[in-house]
Amino acid sequence: MSVQAVKTLTFRDEVLNAPKDMPVLVDFWAPWCGPCQMLSPVIEQISDELDGVKVCKVNVDEEPDLAASYEVFSIPTLILFRNGEIENQMVGVRPKAAIISMITG
Amino acid sequence: MQIWDIAIVGGGTAGMTAAIYGARAGKKVVVMEELICGGQIVNASEVENYPGIKSISGAEFAASLYEQAAAAGASFDFRSVSGIEEQDGVKKLLTDGEPVLARTVILATGARNRPLGLEREEALTGKGVSYCATCDGAFYRGKVTAVQGGGNTALDDALVLSGLCQQVYLIHRRDEFRGERSQLTQVEARPNITILRSHTVSALLGEERLSGIRIRDLKDDTERELPVDGLFVAIGQMPQNERFHNLIELDRSGYIVAGEDCKTSCAGVFAAGDCRTKTVRQLSTAAGDGAVAALAALDFLSRS
Repeated sequence: MSVQAVKTLTFRDEVLNAPKDMPVLVDFWAPWCGPCQMLSPVIEQISDELDGVKVCKVNVDEEPDLAASYEVFSIPTLILFRNGEIENQMVGVRPKAAIISMITG
Repeated sequence: MQIWDIAIVGGGTAGMTAAIYGARAGKKVVVMEELICGGQIVNASEVENYPGIKSISGAEFAASLYEQAAAAGASFDFRSVSGIEEQDGVKKLLTDGEPVLARTVILATGARNRPLGLEREEALTGKGVSYCATCDGAFYRGKVTAVQGGGNTALDDALVLSGLCQQVYLIHRRDEFRGERSQLTQVEARPNITILRSHTVSALLGEERLSGIRIRDLKDDTERELPVDGLFVAIGQMPQNERFHNLIELDRSGYIVAGEDCKTSCAGVFAAGDCRTKTVRQLSTAAGDGAVAALAALDFLSRS
């Protein structure tokens, strides 16, 4: 499944109201953040390799209020949602295996 | 199990350049990268000294290099390599899972940010402590920050932050800066940068978030507290090659012993970029090394 860009308007439908029990990984990033850009290929691999996981990204420059409402003050930040709730999160660049184990638990 | 023609350890400028040359020569190439590709240049706000490109952000450069290597046919394996072994002429790269086998190996492990080594530094990283002003500077708009370091990175960080922050302290343990004169002149001209020479950060303050730092005056050994919202650490890099020590000769500082031909003490293993013993560590020299190492690996493959 490809990585989907979400905005404040679509966040509720795409992330909070995702199918029951489906993990949704949200990558908070910005175009000026080099590490965020280079994390993208890793996130894309994860999105391709894991079944039953939805992967989204939020541009914090375009959606500052959304970032602030989830207290994202450093990017990249990855937040894992399930059934509309935050299940886990990671700040900064982390290894692919650590991101996968956050998702698969 | 698949045997790669060339396995490259590290996806920075040297590693990805080697990948482009290897893949374009029709070889099966894998880049092993433990975190993200791009290496140190990812954090550079602007690159203006790469031949043929007037000006580009480090992020854009890295992203473009990645796309070029991927389009050439290189594979990317985002796992960390914990060691190297040799068996019947095949090199085995150890990981936490299946090992990676290859006929030749190019070590392009670069160097990583050196931490201050202070208590709670890791816990406060991302919560006020940062190693990248270009990445995190914008979160400190209108706030007070400090930079520790005396090289070009520290001067560059101070300049980036002075454009965003109300006040920037530049803290350096010596009186003289190692960075370029022109950079220092720019720093000195900024009214909101205060330079604290012969000072060092001795403690990080704050519980959940960094609220300030304790600094020591190295001339009279007195300490005082400085309230800051962010501390940017820019005190240089260190290599990370200990894991290859069994097979590859390292120098006293941990860099891989290899000349301009990028050949290491082990036949079929090459070293490229900042991880190699050399005096100049620049983007263009990393790219140069990547090309040299890949061509040396291709030559090795054609002979064996």
